Amino acid sequence: MDLALLVKLNQERAARRAAVLVTEIATGAQRLVLEKDVAHDPYAAFLTDALRMGKSGVIESEGHKVFLTVQAPVLRIIAIGAVHISQALVPMAQQLGHDVIIVDPREAFASPERFPDVPVHAEWPDLVLPKLGADRYTAYLMLTHDPKIDDPALQFALTSEAFYIGALGSRKTHGKRLERLQAMGFDEQTLKRIHAPIGLNIGAISPAEIALSILGEITAKLRLKPDGTKIGN
Amino acid sequence: MLATDDDLLKQAETWRREGRGVALATVVETWGSAPRPVGSHLVIDAEGTFMGSVSGGCVEGAVVTEALDVIESGAPKMLEFGVADETAWKVGLSCGGRISVYVEKVT
Repeated sequence: MDLALLVKLNQERAARRAAVLVTEIATGAQRLVLEKDVAHDPYAAFLTDALRMGKSGVIESEGHKVFLTVQAPVLRIIAIGAVHISQALVPMAQQLGHDVIIVDPREAFASPERFPDVPVHAEWPDLVLPKLGADRYTAYLMLTHDPKIDDPALQFALTSEAFYIGALGSRKTHGKRLERLQAMGFDEQTLKRIHAPIGLNIGAISPAEIALSILGEITAKLRLKPDGTKIGN
Repeated sequence: MLATDDDLLKQAETWRREGRGVALATVVETWGSAPRPVGSHLVIDAEGTFMGSVSGGCVEGAVVTEALDVIESGAPKMLEFGVADETAWKVGLSCGGRISVYVEKVT
């Protein structure tokens, strides 16, 4: 592989844009197809499929084998609430290769001292979330327990393509939350996107255990088909 | 951080920029219960230092050896590992799967 090609691939990743490296296996010839150019490529149909699945693999076209290295953007977790759970979640998420951004309008919580390793926005979600950009590689976590902060964030998340939306709180709390969101005009189907109570049911009690259950649920959302079976490798 | 296969591509770039000889190994096909999915990478330098994985540790040694050849010659190679293979009993996949690994030099 040409270093220039590798550099370009890494740049696209840093800019949160998908790209596919196309390798002709017989000759070793390689080229990079950027997300925006996929539609006009001779392999457009294959590339579109590969990007949608986020999966690398071999294709056969006119008798020759071609390997597609698919690079989807790094997953990004936007946590609303600069709380204890978020502090526990940051290093775990980083270990999994995800980026984390913290949002909390309460300055005492959203201090860089409490979150030295990740971007922290001490702003209201309805103002800052549109600026951070929303794509289907983003997960939103509502962790403040405070409807004044969580609700506007949920309103934004529910209109985005985010692959995961989770909200902290008991079933009772979530029931009230659903009533408020329904009153705002969200239909039942849309509200089903919210994972609540947030996280897998592992009996989590401590902030770190809750962070683990949330990341477990995010991993399941990524790796399992909707029917709960594993996506083949 | 080397948590994802994309991080390994960054590692390959960093090593190459440092002037090291670098090869990139990629799992391109799997059959049966292969331990790592298609697209998994192993990055190798000319000293045999490696990062990442293409199996559960079963065949990395053999891939590193081949990668040193690839760094030397510049010609890419397709490697096959599996239980039916003669070499598999030496360096094979204990899980019983079969994998193809493409090894190329970063130039």
